Amino acid sequence: MSTTHLRSIAELGREGIVEVLRVTDSMVEVSGREIPKVPALRGRTVVSLFYEDSTRTRLSFETAAKRLSADTMTFSVGSSSVKKGESLRDTVLTIEAMGIDAVVVRHSSSGVPWQLSQWLRPGVSVINAGDGWHEHPTQALLDAYTISKEHKAGTLEGLRVAIVGDIKHSRVARSDVACFTMLGAEVTLVAPPTLLPPSLEGWPVRVSHDLDEVLHDLDVCYLLRMQNERMSEALVPSMREYTSLYGLTARRADRLGEGCIVMHPGPMNRGVEIAPEVADLPNAVITQQVANGVAVRMAVLFHLLAGEVADA
Amino acid sequence: MAARERPMGAPRRGTFVPRAQVMDGEDVRRAVWRMAHEIVEAEKGLGGVVLVGLQTGGVPLADKLAAALREIEGVDVPVGSLDVAFYRDDIGIRPVIPEAPSDIPWDLTGRSVVLVDDVLFTGRTVRAALNALADHGRARAVRLAVMVDRGHRELPIRPDFVGKNLPTRLDELVDVSESGVAIGELVAVEEAG
Repeated sequence: MSTTHLRSIAELGREGIVEVLRVTDSMVEVSGREIPKVPALRGRTVVSLFYEDSTRTRLSFETAAKRLSADTMTFSVGSSSVKKGESLRDTVLTIEAMGIDAVVVRHSSSGVPWQLSQWLRPGVSVINAGDGWHEHPTQALLDAYTISKEHKAGTLEGLRVAIVGDIKHSRVARSDVACFTMLGAEVTLVAPPTLLPPSLEGWPVRVSHDLDEVLHDLDVCYLLRMQNERMSEALVPSMREYTSLYGLTARRADRLGEGCIVMHPGPMNRGVEIAPEVADLPNAVITQQVANGVAVRMAVLFHLLAGEVADA
Repeated sequence: MAARERPMGAPRRGTFVPRAQVMDGEDVRRAVWRMAHEIVEAEKGLGGVVLVGLQTGGVPLADKLAAALREIEGVDVPVGSLDVAFYRDDIGIRPVIPEAPSDIPWDLTGRSVVLVDDVLFTGRTVRAALNALADHGRARAVRLAVMVDRGHRELPIRPDFVGKNLPTRLDELVDVSESGVAIGELVAVEEAG
């Protein structure tokens, strides 16, 4: 019944999401203390296995694990035997042999977390920290938590959320759509046709190609990063043209609906998808997203590693 | 029913079925009134005293004690709440579910803390609470107030202020609420599936 892995939002389900967000409140309290550390996961070992660059996600997971008193190991591809040609499977089994309880994995290929969970012994939790274009569930959870705290509604139920930009290459968008809609939000994807996935069949969303048309009617405006590193062909004529049509400029920010908050998963390309001054407006909650990231990941680790009854 | 009141062993789902009413609402009110007087007497006044209710059963009881202390001494004693989930020693053995964020917005250094809970059983919750309190400063003293002491201690812990000593069997459950104290059993419900 209960999950041992967090590979996708669907795996957690609505009930699991609500539980993680509820426990996050307790983690925020712990994080706000003078000594932000509790002994909850003493003796557990969490490994971060990052095959792709990351600053905030990796640091945020490691901080979360340490605040719960878990031991952490960091594996970065640059300084490991991967350079000598070791396969993913051998790398993972080597790490497992050292005795671990959870693996936090980021990889450029979609589906790697599922592959890992088949190789590892049962009881080792796999947490997806981003797999290719596929999913990034903890980002979606911290986004949902941030919305519930920063929007005056206090809930996602009935909120109108636009996710703007490079949907095609975005694992954040896929997890956000799943998470936000499960919590009752109405999601609109705003992007040029070239930056949408080939098929949106089964996505519980509306699609618009015109940001100006939806602006005034929003509770949350979620901007995605233009992912130049994943673009193999020219999908937009130029960054300037993209900005003029889909960037949140100061003029557009003025036209946002009353109480609308502005979000971005980071790292931002200031001047491309978001104007430099807009990112610093009071209704931009981008730094709150980062701050909430640690507490949400503490809740995820606790949910997976402590909520479970160990088989004797 | 608080999770920590579940009997040891595999977690069971079930409903509490009361067998006997041990105290009624009036009895509980009188016990609170007496315990409040005992606290004033033991602490020689209320200077530096704070009440900390344990989630979830101790929180309403701490509020009632604070109200009684206000009536007796005319002093507003600060009331906090504490969730010990992250300090329990059975994490990974039983499902441990945080109830609500702790609320202790003061440094406890030098203060006299009265921990408040509804039922004292194995003492493991109190052990966890003592560790949790230590993260909020070095209290001058920590006392323990409980409405019911049902015995079966597994640790060297004893209460300072007790509403009622109630001998029980291990497999029984004690329910403390606004309307009184009842003793009964957890009756398993058929799980669908």
